[in-house]
Amino acid sequence: MSAPSPIRKGAPRFGDSARMMQHGRIAGPMPWVIAIMIALTVMAATAGLALANVAGGARAEIAGGLTVQVVEAAPLERNRQAERALSWFANREDVASVRRVPDDELAALIEPWLGELGTGAEDGGVPVPALIDVRLSGPVTAARLEQMRQGLARQAPAARIDAQASWLAPVFDAIRSLQLLAVGLIVLLAATSAAAVWLSARSALGANRETIETIHHLGGTDGQIAAIFQRQIAFDAALGGAAGLLLGLAAVFVLGQQFADLGSGLVAGGGLGAADWVLVGAIPLVGMVLAVITARYTVISALRRML
Amino acid sequence: MAPPRDLFHKRRPIFTCSRPAAPFPPPGEGPSWGRMSGPESSIVQFANVGLRYGTDREVLSDVSFTLYPGSFYFLTGASGAGKTSLLKLLYLAQRPSRGIISMFGEDVITAERRALPEFRRRIGVVFQDFRLVPHLSAYDNVALPLRISGMSEGKLEKPVTDMLEWVGLSHRVDARPETLSGGEQQRVAIARAVIARPEILVADEPTGNVDPEMAVKLLRLFEALNRLGTTVVVATHDVHLLRKVPDSLIMRLDKGRLSDPTGALRYPPRREQRAEA
Repeated sequence: MSAPSPIRKGAPRFGDSARMMQHGRIAGPMPWVIAIMIALTVMAATAGLALANVAGGARAEIAGGLTVQVVEAAPLERNRQAERALSWFANREDVASVRRVPDDELAALIEPWLGELGTGAEDGGVPVPALIDVRLSGPVTAARLEQMRQGLARQAPAARIDAQASWLAPVFDAIRSLQLLAVGLIVLLAATSAAAVWLSARSALGANRETIETIHHLGGTDGQIAAIFQRQIAFDAALGGAAGLLLGLAAVFVLGQQFADLGSGLVAGGGLGAADWVLVGAIPLVGMVLAVITARYTVISALRRML
Repeated sequence: MAPPRDLFHKRRPIFTCSRPAAPFPPPGEGPSWGRMSGPESSIVQFANVGLRYGTDREVLSDVSFTLYPGSFYFLTGASGAGKTSLLKLLYLAQRPSRGIISMFGEDVITAERRALPEFRRRIGVVFQDFRLVPHLSAYDNVALPLRISGMSEGKLEKPVTDMLEWVGLSHRVDARPETLSGGEQQRVAIARAVIARPEILVADEPTGNVDPEMAVKLLRLFEALNRLGTTVVVATHDVHLLRKVPDSLIMRLDKGRLSDPTGALRYPPRREQRAEA
């Protein structure tokens, strides 16, 4: 045998999609479509996770928090009822901490709105309720709050109790809506990616129909033919996924820097933890799996129409 | 252009390399044609097969014949007679509209779709238009059936190089189909069709694109393969070709119907009777 060995380094095996199919990988739009989809998914996912962390942090901070106001115009009576309320809370086992907000602190709180008029009605100032900050050892339930209201009314009839969480309920609702929006976006992006892969696989099937028929006639199975497309789309998805992840992370980094500059306590709680980063890093892998499954389903469905 | 004895990488149990040149086994050795009346001894059996595309009239009607292992058949007929349609049924690219087809002793009409690749791997096909994979070299095109059947790269090197040598293309292993001449492409297509040692070789107008000299050479290739035990079915409209293979049987199609006035294609005579005749 004088011919050189036909087994060359990198010789195509059956299913080597780069050689078997007519279209190159990079030349097609699929990696770039996947890159854009993954980048958008990374941004949506990081936003959703950050919002979850913001909400979680805020909930933890105000969980079990109560604000007691003693609304009494007469300063002496207000002080008397405030002391009795303070003592009543201090003697309860389910109270983790209790403190009366000092008058100076109160005056500083309302100073931006009322000026330096003072807080005592006897001084010609505005009568300001006495405030008591209570932290319970467990979460504040409606039953627990009602039971405390009844108990406190006997000690300080002018006292009103409010759960701090109820004030932030609209904020939590808004955050939850944004989280749902992020999830919806991710679902839509996944569906769009699957549709793009479906279209690409159909197009590749059409372009390579003759080759596919030949492989069929040589005894190739649907699984073997589908594997060609799976490998190609897996490569495209891996390439696009890596580019999309980098693009998405760059956008998240820039946005993160800008939000960090706001200096808001609420926003500061929106940082991502290690588990969150693992989830974000898994997005390209999930995208690749989704693309491969979609390609396989598309190709197998189309091949089943052939004998 | 005699094929090397170890050309084929695997042997199917029903054939041997030492099969005599004549397509019929001698009396007393193996089954005689007179006894081959059932699908169990035949390799292919068509019974009242009809084929129509959509709602058009039938392109094949009441086609009945039996192919026996190791025989050589020519399928002739004018253009549009249904030769290619019949071949499509033979290499399982099409299901008939009616009738019964059994291959290798099994009914392929009711066979599940997922079972068909196994049947197809036992059939070699030489397409009229070659259908070589354009982006693969001659070597890779010939290796394709072996790769499909799962053979490792190490094991397929020798049979593929031997096969390319057999068809006289050992110097063109790396050539892409577009750089090969019509005759060379045809030989690559033949090499690909026979590399996996099929039990049936189906060739659709294999000499239609080559000069007469090359046509005879290709026919000799088929004969050599037939001598190794493969049943060969060659569709051609070239009547001169029919005389080149002395012991061949002729199946003539006319407007979708198989001419078989003596019933020889369905009930072949015993060899002894043929000899007496």
